[in-house]
Amino acid sequence: MMVTGVPILTLLIALPIVGSLALLALPNRDGSKDQTMRLGALAISLVTLVASLFLWAAFDQSAGAPAFQFVERHGWIPTFGIEYSLGLDGISLMLVVLTTFLTPIALLSSWEGIHERVKEFSIFMLLLEAAMIGVFVSMDLFLFYVFWDVVLIPMYFLIGIWGYDQRLYASIKFLLYTMAGSVLMLIAIIGTAWLHQQATGQYSFDLLKLYELRVPDHLQYWFFLAFALAFAIKVPLFPFHTWLPDAHVQAPTPGSVILAGVMLKMGAYGLLRFAFPMFPEAALAFAPMLATLSVIAIVYGALVAMVQPDMKKLVAYSSVSHMGFVVLGIAAMNVQGVQGASYQMLAHGISTGGLFAVVGMLSDRRHTRLISEFGGLKAVMPRLTAAFLIVTLASVGLPGMNGFIGEFLILLGAFRWEPKFVVVAGLGVILSAVYMLWMFQRVYYGAVTSEENRHLPDLSVREWAVIGPLCAMSILMGVAPNLFLAPMEPAVTRIVQRMEAREPMRVDAGWRSWFTGPAAPVTARRAGEGQ
Amino acid sequence: MSTSAFDAVVPVVCVALAGLFAMLAEAFRGKTEKMPIGGLAIIGLLGSGFASILLWDRNASSFGVVTADNFALFVNLILVVVGVLTVLFSSETIERDGIPAGEYYALVLFAIVGMMLMAQSSDLLLMFLALETMSIAVYVLTGLRRDQANATEAAFKYFLLGAFASSFFLYGIAFIYGVTGTTHLERAGAAIAAQSMADSPMLLIAVGLLIVGFAFKVAAVPFHMWSPDAYEGAPTVVTGFMSTGVKAAAVAAFARVFLSALGPLVDDWTPVLWVIAVLTMVVGTVVGVSQTSIKRMLAYSSIAHAGYLLVAIIAANDVGKASLLFYLASYAVTNVAAFGIIAMLGSKDSANDELRDYAGLAHSHPALAALLTVFLLSLGGFPPTAGFIAKWYTFSAAVTEGYYGLAIIGMLSSVVSVYFYLRIVVMMYMTERDARPVPPPVPGIAMAGLVVSMIAVLYLGVLPAQVIAWAEQSIATIF
Repeated sequence: MMVTGVPILTLLIALPIVGSLALLALPNRDGSKDQTMRLGALAISLVTLVASLFLWAAFDQSAGAPAFQFVERHGWIPTFGIEYSLGLDGISLMLVVLTTFLTPIALLSSWEGIHERVKEFSIFMLLLEAAMIGVFVSMDLFLFYVFWDVVLIPMYFLIGIWGYDQRLYASIKFLLYTMAGSVLMLIAIIGTAWLHQQATGQYSFDLLKLYELRVPDHLQYWFFLAFALAFAIKVPLFPFHTWLPDAHVQAPTPGSVILAGVMLKMGAYGLLRFAFPMFPEAALAFAPMLATLSVIAIVYGALVAMVQPDMKKLVAYSSVSHMGFVVLGIAAMNVQGVQGASYQMLAHGISTGGLFAVVGMLSDRRHTRLISEFGGLKAVMPRLTAAFLIVTLASVGLPGMNGFIGEFLILLGAFRWEPKFVVVAGLGVILSAVYMLWMFQRVYYGAVTSEENRHLPDLSVREWAVIGPLCAMSILMGVAPNLFLAPMEPAVTRIVQRMEAREPMRVDAGWRSWFTGPAAPVTARRAGEGQ
Repeated sequence: MSTSAFDAVVPVVCVALAGLFAMLAEAFRGKTEKMPIGGLAIIGLLGSGFASILLWDRNASSFGVVTADNFALFVNLILVVVGVLTVLFSSETIERDGIPAGEYYALVLFAIVGMMLMAQSSDLLLMFLALETMSIAVYVLTGLRRDQANATEAAFKYFLLGAFASSFFLYGIAFIYGVTGTTHLERAGAAIAAQSMADSPMLLIAVGLLIVGFAFKVAAVPFHMWSPDAYEGAPTVVTGFMSTGVKAAAVAAFARVFLSALGPLVDDWTPVLWVIAVLTMVVGTVVGVSQTSIKRMLAYSSIAHAGYLLVAIIAANDVGKASLLFYLASYAVTNVAAFGIIAMLGSKDSANDELRDYAGLAHSHPALAALLTVFLLSLGGFPPTAGFIAKWYTFSAAVTEGYYGLAIIGMLSSVVSVYFYLRIVVMMYMTERDARPVPPPVPGIAMAGLVVSMIAVLYLGVLPAQVIAWAEQSIATIF
């Protein structure tokens, strides 16, 4: 490994934090240093991006490589076996790179829209980046939970301070929804650590140790539900999605880009990394229900998106639909499904980030996002139209674009598992073409309908820098998917293999335990079983 | 060094002496002369803290009724921190409000004497005396601003209900004495355990009476009625002082009595406390949501926190006892500091504690707003602050004893409480200031106290291992 000895993951988390502290120290009471703040934050996020690319280069993606690499381990709260323990496998790696890739873009997209309190804005964005990276590289459940909750605070401020009219409502709803789910997960985390103590005599929040724990069925049932609820709210899965349209519509453009691009992935990542492998029997038992909810989300999100008059809301509901695919792939729990889900996470991050960025550019120009206010923009802004077309097609899943690969693999995996879900999910693919292209048509084609739109400026250099990388990445991911699939491959296989040896538990086991009390004692899994 | 008979009372004596000197200084002070009485108080408190550290791990005991085990010493240290922060925040505000410094500091110190003795007493009668010492000082502190009608009303209410609760407590002691023939905790506990008197109605009555007495002092529902009024009417710094100091002392005594002497009856009092804890957490948070005065809001918040503390007592295992101490420490620092900021923003004539008064505070006082945000996030239990570790620790205790229901209710109620903490943040950061006068800048000494508190809150939140280890040592020697 190239970076042996350097705590590169800690470095990756620390870089934005140190950067934000540096910005904090710079006085900017009168706003005269706004440009310095913007450039400083951008520079820090670019350095973080470069560091994460080094990480990718150094990552060993051969089949025989250790599951988790760049592992760091330090005692934190020894009495409870809590460790500051970081490490990443291929899936985490790609999500970290997605985070570091989208953050500079989001920062750059804010230069036109954010004029007030630029210093605080830059600080919150960098803190957000650090916390999101932390979520993806934590190997200790306690540490994971800390980062998971910390993510909420900067996002809450981003929506609440720099958002649109209904921002207070949206920010508080966002925060309370997510918290309500995650505190129950915290109880399940504590419960799992305590079971480990019962089985081995020592508390542990270490993910790898907890993988080996055979959680008794009646507890597994409740613990899985607690984890799944927290993640389902974050994804968001129907019917827990109602915070999302509010948060997205009210958030400023960079907030939306990060929220859709990275934060929704945290939920899917959690299902894949924690909920399924830790509670495999319960997960398999609940997988059909999760899949049902996800196909409902796919179709429902698409139908609701179709009738939205507001572009941002339309993109928000399209996220509900697209993230439904991700959960469907995870629920299928075979190589194609999980691979597709992981790929779709990245693809959705890029294309939806791009959509929010372009909608933000339109809204910067006209201060409205209503589709009816626009029309015929193709003649006025040909370049912006081209960029929008690329991200739209990527989002729709045109072959050769990134969205196609993920959706195709997910549908393939789901078909191998349970064809009936594919029938409904396939409907979502068609509907997504309908609502996206219809929106595109109404905004860009036809005659210019409003006088105000006649002289809108086309893409500026800065905006090129925002949308250019996203467009390029959409195409690159579509034509060379293996570049991104290969690092994730061993991780995906490992998760699927872990699950294959398991039998689903009886779905009513949890309820029954309510009346009959706990039955089997806790044991550690036999060595060699699983893994 | 041999253990002398007076060792265990040294921490208390240090504070008591400082209190006496404060009174003397006030008596001999010229009409216009300014004396650094606050500094005197800090010296006494630091001396007491130092003595507590020296007594660590020595299990000293004096006169057979005062014990200085690590549990009591840990509480002592919390009280020292509360006291020092209170003095730092008071220096400016009592001058502004025209409160005589000598009386004020003497009362604060005597209240701390009572609190420390409460945590240290191993005899119910001494505990009662300590409780009264503390309570009377706090009643007076509540009503110290005689020019304000609501302060007088608050003090009167607090006094009447407090006296009522004290008599319950005393009556409970009488029953304990009647059954076991002693008021000493260890001997009473041994007698109860030896005679297996679990079903004795006299004993159950005693337990009930003691629960009422303690529940009143920690402001647990349904014995919380006094606290919003008392907290609102009292000078704001005093509110911070009594919402932490009184609670810490009462909870420490509560835990000591119920986990040592009444330990054998655990199956009898657990269900009662379970109901009280749930009511306290739910009522505290739900009613807190509808408050528009920040002082009242935080009063309900500290009711809810009493509920979380009760969860630790209910768990009644080692994790629970240690988490109780950790929770007290983090809650005390956070809450004193939060009230300190509110006090700073008040003026002589008005507490300026309506939510609207905080609109746009992030513009006029960015540092103060950021500090208050950190404290509120800690009260709400967000990582990486002390409040999160404390909640996690306490609910770990509940889960390891199988109280999943309690943990779930507690956690969900804390989500509700986040809503009202965030209302203040919303006001400070996301609402424009209207035409109200901008509050004055904060004096340096108070600012130093606030910054130290913030560092403590973040330290306990990020690197809690050391304090957790101390908390675990504290419960190792007792119960």
